[in-house]
Amino acid sequence: MSKLRYALYTGCTARESTPELLKSTLAVAEALDIELVLLDEATCCGASHLQDFDDFLSLVLNARNICYAEKLNLPMVTICNTCQLNTSLTKERLDHDEKLKEKVNEKLREVGLEYKGTSEVKHFLYALVDDLGVEEIAKKVKKPLKGLNWAAFYGCHNIRPSELQNKSNGGENPYNPTSIDRLIEALGGNSVDYEHKNKCCGFHVELQAPKTANRLSASALTDAIDNNADAVVTPCPLCHLRFDVQQHNISKEAGREVHIPIFHLPQMIGLALGIEPEKLGINHNVTEPDFIS
Amino acid sequence: MEEIAKKRLKFKVFRFNAERDYLPHYDEFELEVSQDEVVLDILNKIKWEHDGSLSYRRSCRHGICGSCAIKVNNKPVLSCKERVFDLVEIFGEELVLEPQDKKRAYKDFVINKSNFWEKYNSVKPYLIAQVDEHPKSENIVSPEEAEKIEDADYCIQCGNCFYACPVVEANEEYIGPAAFVKAYRFTADVRDEDKKERLEIVDKIGPGVWDCVKCFECAEACPKELSPITKITHLHNQIFEEGVAKSNVAVRHAVGFKHSIKKHGILDEGELVRYSEGNFGVLKHLPEAIAMFKKGKIVPPWKMPKSKNLDEVKKLIKSSSTTKF
Repeated sequence: MSKLRYALYTGCTARESTPELLKSTLAVAEALDIELVLLDEATCCGASHLQDFDDFLSLVLNARNICYAEKLNLPMVTICNTCQLNTSLTKERLDHDEKLKEKVNEKLREVGLEYKGTSEVKHFLYALVDDLGVEEIAKKVKKPLKGLNWAAFYGCHNIRPSELQNKSNGGENPYNPTSIDRLIEALGGNSVDYEHKNKCCGFHVELQAPKTANRLSASALTDAIDNNADAVVTPCPLCHLRFDVQQHNISKEAGREVHIPIFHLPQMIGLALGIEPEKLGINHNVTEPDFIS
Repeated sequence: MEEIAKKRLKFKVFRFNAERDYLPHYDEFELEVSQDEVVLDILNKIKWEHDGSLSYRRSCRHGICGSCAIKVNNKPVLSCKERVFDLVEIFGEELVLEPQDKKRAYKDFVINKSNFWEKYNSVKPYLIAQVDEHPKSENIVSPEEAEKIEDADYCIQCGNCFYACPVVEANEEYIGPAAFVKAYRFTADVRDEDKKERLEIVDKIGPGVWDCVKCFECAEACPKELSPITKITHLHNQIFEEGVAKSNVAVRHAVGFKHSIKKHGILDEGELVRYSEGNFGVLKHLPEAIAMFKKGKIVPPWKMPKSKNLDEVKKLIKSSSTTKF
């Protein structure tokens, strides 16, 4: 197999509040011999909030991001579910509406760019499980995640709406996603079966409706804990921020102590590949895991 | 003739009688199912051949009355439309049949849907217009104007999106996806004269669109494939376009993204929270901010990363903005 190469759209959090996500992504890519070219020109995707305010502006900005991957002639990978949603939604709308595409390109041409639609957009998780393959990753495991129960939390914007997401997520079913669970097993861990793995963490209403956000998070984390999870792993930094930073507030809403370490997907993979915890930025996690020496 | 594929499957069926039971239980049935049978066929088979006391709603059997909506392994389905073999493909050979909302069950699959209708009625689900009873000419709506409604008038009120919505479960006030679709069906209708008042209803924090968590459960649940969340986004846009938006934390949060992108390309996360919450409101996030700072999760202002070619971004924001606040 020829070397896998992608343009990496980091999104905002990987450059700010979850530096560990960028560190671990780069470390894992290196260990798996995947080349990632950073898209330093890219802006925020609007996180589904700019879209509420100004839909057209968000299309132009997202199309501009994709242009830079197209210029490199590379498929784009995202490491945030919400970046994945807004980027692929933009692509979908422009690729199926010539008029809209022309309207957007009219603006992009003012800055010397043109959206063509030549770069695929997929989340890094699916680059790993679908392009590289779970078996290939399993071959490189040095420290199997033996005896540990991992609860996969998929995050909404990688699996829904399935009509859109299925174009880049290997046909994952939103009611029974399996990719992360397969990965966990391949890394030597036990994947936890629990009802809330495909549910919402509530991140998007954290400011205006903290009670709702904490209730949703509480349902998910208590379900994972009650099914004997030792840790939760997620491909989405927004779910991670919610679960990792807000556990004290989630506990209050749950009416019981919710205490469980939360990992980014590449952090978990990196541990199994034998990468030093520091290179995976484990020291940045607010919920400290007690099983990493 | 080609043989019809058959499978022997296990069904766990939710049973509850509010008049008699304290807790629900599940009855198990093993049935032979053929490839073209839908979930409603199973419910009928159980009722007609095994247990006549099983209760569920059904009527048209053509996916248009919306009465036979239930959940199978937590997936909202319209019983008369969902093929059992398709469900087996997702969940395997044991299927759990439950009502849309277990807490609201009267008897088996028959639930108390009053919360759905209450919310539905709260958005005034009818055209509001002064109708000239003796018009001199036709009241013509152009195809372009009619297209704005999209598919919002195809809703069959089955309640699948409403009972799949996690916010409906967490926040009793929340109007929910089905009623938002209906609200949009009229705010997008050129004949309607109550657009602003309608938008005022859905703009409120608590019941309104700002409490949507953007999980897309509604889009996944809708048997008519209406994508309620797309209509919710349209309502957000109309709230700004019609000047209904009030300066509150949710509105400032949406607007704040534009300011931040204009300045840095990527977000200034701390500044976005300050802008949304205000100088005083932001203080309640201090405990989290301290925890994050200790872990190196907060970038100081002088180290704020910026996107390359930021001048392009500024130019595009100037030329491509379509709304103001």
